[in-house]
Amino acid sequence: MFDAIQAFLSGFLYEWLAITITLVLQAVAVILPIMLVVAWLTYAERKVIGYMQVRMGPNRVGPIGLLQPIADALKLMTKEVIFPAQSNKYLFILAPILAIAPAVAAYAVIPFSDGVVVTDINAGVLYVLAVSSILVYGTVVAGWASNSKYAFLGALRGSAQKISYEIAMGFALVTVLMIAGTMNLTEIVNNQQGGILNWYLLPLLPMFFVYFISGLAETNRTPFDVIEGEAEIVAGFHVDYSGMTFGVFMLAEYAMMILISFMASIMFLGGWLSPFEGIPLLETLFSWVPQLAWLSIKVALLLFVFLWLRATFPRYRYDQLMRLGWKVLIPLTIVWVFVVGAMKYFDFGPWFN
Amino acid sequence: MNFVIPSFAPAIPEITLLILASLILVADTFWSKRFQNATYYATQASLLVAGYLVLSSFSVEQVFTFNDSFVRDSFADVLKLFTVAITLGIFLFAREYLVQHRFMSGEFFVLGLFGVLGMFVMISANNFITMYLGLEIMSLAMYAMIALRKYDGVAVEAGMKYFVLGALATGMLLYGFSMIYGATGTITFPEMKAVIASGEADGIVLAFGVVFVVIGLAFKMGAVPFHMWMPDVYHGSPTAVTLYLGTAPKLAGFAMVYRLLYEAMPGLVGDWQQLIIIISILSMVIGSIVAIAQDNLKRMLAYSGIGHVGFLLLGVIAATDDGFSAAMFFIIVYAITGVAGFGMITALSRTGFEFDRVADFKGLNAKNPWLALMMLIVMFSMAGIPPFVGFWAKIVVIEEVVKAGFTWIAVIAVITAVISAFYYLRVVKSMYFDKSEIQGPVEIISPALHWGVSFVAILLLALGLLPGSLIDLCYLSI
Amino acid sequence: MSFEQFIFYVLAAIAIISGLMMITVKNPVKAALWLVLAFISTAGLWIMAQAEFLGLVLILVYVGAVMVLFLFVVMMLDINMAILKEGFTRYLPIGALAAIAIFALMYMVVGPEHFGLDKIAAPAAKPADYSNTTEIAIPLYTEHAYAFILAAVLLLVGIVAAIALTLRRRPSGTVLYQNIEKQNRTEKSERLEMVKMDAVVEQPAAEDKEEEKK
Repeated sequence: MFDAIQAFLSGFLYEWLAITITLVLQAVAVILPIMLVVAWLTYAERKVIGYMQVRMGPNRVGPIGLLQPIADALKLMTKEVIFPAQSNKYLFILAPILAIAPAVAAYAVIPFSDGVVVTDINAGVLYVLAVSSILVYGTVVAGWASNSKYAFLGALRGSAQKISYEIAMGFALVTVLMIAGTMNLTEIVNNQQGGILNWYLLPLLPMFFVYFISGLAETNRTPFDVIEGEAEIVAGFHVDYSGMTFGVFMLAEYAMMILISFMASIMFLGGWLSPFEGIPLLETLFSWVPQLAWLSIKVALLLFVFLWLRATFPRYRYDQLMRLGWKVLIPLTIVWVFVVGAMKYFDFGPWFN
Repeated sequence: MNFVIPSFAPAIPEITLLILASLILVADTFWSKRFQNATYYATQASLLVAGYLVLSSFSVEQVFTFNDSFVRDSFADVLKLFTVAITLGIFLFAREYLVQHRFMSGEFFVLGLFGVLGMFVMISANNFITMYLGLEIMSLAMYAMIALRKYDGVAVEAGMKYFVLGALATGMLLYGFSMIYGATGTITFPEMKAVIASGEADGIVLAFGVVFVVIGLAFKMGAVPFHMWMPDVYHGSPTAVTLYLGTAPKLAGFAMVYRLLYEAMPGLVGDWQQLIIIISILSMVIGSIVAIAQDNLKRMLAYSGIGHVGFLLLGVIAATDDGFSAAMFFIIVYAITGVAGFGMITALSRTGFEFDRVADFKGLNAKNPWLALMMLIVMFSMAGIPPFVGFWAKIVVIEEVVKAGFTWIAVIAVITAVISAFYYLRVVKSMYFDKSEIQGPVEIISPALHWGVSFVAILLLALGLLPGSLIDLCYLSI
Repeated sequence: MSFEQFIFYVLAAIAIISGLMMITVKNPVKAALWLVLAFISTAGLWIMAQAEFLGLVLILVYVGAVMVLFLFVVMMLDINMAILKEGFTRYLPIGALAAIAIFALMYMVVGPEHFGLDKIAAPAAKPADYSNTTEIAIPLYTEHAYAFILAAVLLLVGIVAAIALTLRRRPSGTVLYQNIEKQNRTEKSERLEMVKMDAVVEQPAAEDKEEEKK
């Protein structure tokens, strides 16, 4: 579809202009739905946690509070953006942009169903890892530019935490690459075809958990939200942000949550593949379900776990968090790299074909 | 894919050394609390094993493996054997020092062992990448060893200086490598030699690269005008580490010069020879004159080291097989002398007292005549006074440079050798003719050190009386 | 100008400008951030040269890890740049002269005269399914396995060095460490003691008094 638009535009525009416009259109087509999902994810979060804590959650704006996200967005947008005294204005404004840009840029390679992807590059996994590794700059720059000790502490914690968990996350993905033999996300999903047993969830079960836990840490969600830690350092790196600058940080955080869920679904849960593949009756019964729906269900389930954990766990202390990252997750992933190597050598199970 | 698994046999010493070093690294954390010396003995044992493996598979012909990134020849084997022997001596002297100065730690020996591995890799390197990696393994271990006494500001400063300048030098070296790779399109030395000989490579780019490579080498060897780090680092480091810095790595450094300049780029001799001539003369002159002003023995020996590098480069200037053989003999002798010289300081120092000033040696003869005699041998050997081996070392390189037609350089070398004799003899004078400023006896700490110092010093005399076999070995191995 | 060329020039301009800003800007944190930008644009250039693996790894390692740690340290330093820049103007002419000389020399050697397209032809464009990762991986694990292992040894030495230089074992008693194993092994009997005592009946009069105080 976008090729057609580009061909149409280049009929009467410069070539580079036509390409740029098409790229912008593609970006909007991906980012807009993601932003909408983010909006209602915040609603879902408040509802889920509300029910878990035997409350109602938001229920005033619109039917059962469904319009709450819109009200929130309007409120944030109309609020004044306050610059703290002696803060660094440029970096202060730049920080939220640095936070959100990688979070949405990563969606460029996420396949939403077979072939539906902005750019189908063959180093997709690496691209997602690289782009999400830039995310930490939002936190660090925000903390430093605010000229506040709480924000600064948050930034320091954030930079150390992200790096630590990125290693575990990277290794967890390495095991996936070892099985799949490719870094292209579409091919990774297609290699998991042939029923629920062929998903990489089973041989890489510990890695799935490692990935998800690292994902929690990467997105600063409970129980790893020490960089915000309102009980210790007020609100951490974004304590001095208000209005839409604060809102952008929130958007980035939720966009990253969705990204982590997408990646986990694609890597371990067979992406858009139906869980009933290969089961005679159920397969035909559910054959009408579109691929995007299966993927969305998996993503939604993982997102629910994000919210569930937030309602359940207390926050880790900082040294405990570091210990978990360095002394538990990283050794586990390294061991599992060898386990997968052995599996591959002995052609164990249906995963190596 | 037609990849054949390479033969591991030629690299068995390196592989064993790596495994043993890693095992000691892990074991040290368990046993260091209970047995203070376990790491030391394990380190010495692994050095012996590595030395035995080199000796038992001593090869006369060139063997390449790992897709031509590793070369094993008699040059490599001889240097490796001497590296092992010298490191054994270093650790022997160092242990007592570490105990006395209360920073006995397993890391010193483990890093030292990894440093030896780096030297082995350098000596056997056959392409740019392995050469660079070997150099970095060795250097990184040394940077850390210098600063290991982390509460000592001077040592940390020395480590920092060495690290920053070393990194700069490595940058230069790598830039030169990249130029030469760009011009020749290969990283392995024999291929490079062939490409340069064929004349297909761009001469200007090659010359540009050679300049950077020579600068990098001069930095690492500590030759003038890239010597600024040497005195500060030698002085600032704990003496046990100075002992390590000043001896064994010189062998690896020479191997690097040989492999890069002579094995890979003999075709560019016109380009690098002139640079080396300048560097060599400057080193000899600065090394001999500035050393006179030093009152710290470690600093003085650092300048003496700079002067010695100048002499070493005489053999390189000759740019012949014999020239490099002479340089090899020279560097081996220098390393042994260095062990004796720095070992003497290490042996004499005790808790809270470094014993590294020239003034500390005043009246040593009255207190401990045997040690004074040993020190006299070391100083005479360094000054190049017959019949000690230092004399032969200097004679051999000067002879080669004369043979190559650079008589005027030989004249300068002889003059600087005479000037440098002054400060070596000053130490002898203060030992024998000056009154001691320090009360109390000078005692060597343990019989092991006593025997060690005596052995190395007498070795200098013995080699001086019978230099033939070592010279022959060096001439045969290139 | 094709789209690729346009992107190339944009990225190259960003790389050069951010490089210049990195060395001229006063604040070290800003300098580090400019360096990050230089890295990112360089990575972009590499990706344009079909070295996508190197480009992405540059971002992953340098931008995502090294520079973050660097910022971590730089942010905590209180550097007085005035002292650091002392003598800057005095040495500026010599420095500038040296820089120009080196640049001229490098231009003459590395420039188009010796590395131009007529000397070294541009490599043919690779097909879309060409994987730079595989191309790097195969020689890395076969031909250059020795160098690869040596690089690992180098990193190991680096780890040992870093830990040996920074680990300070503080004498026990000055700091309290948590022993998780011990905590987990703790039995109820170690922590809890059941004490029999008589029930204490509070006097209502005392309560009234306390309320009065408030």
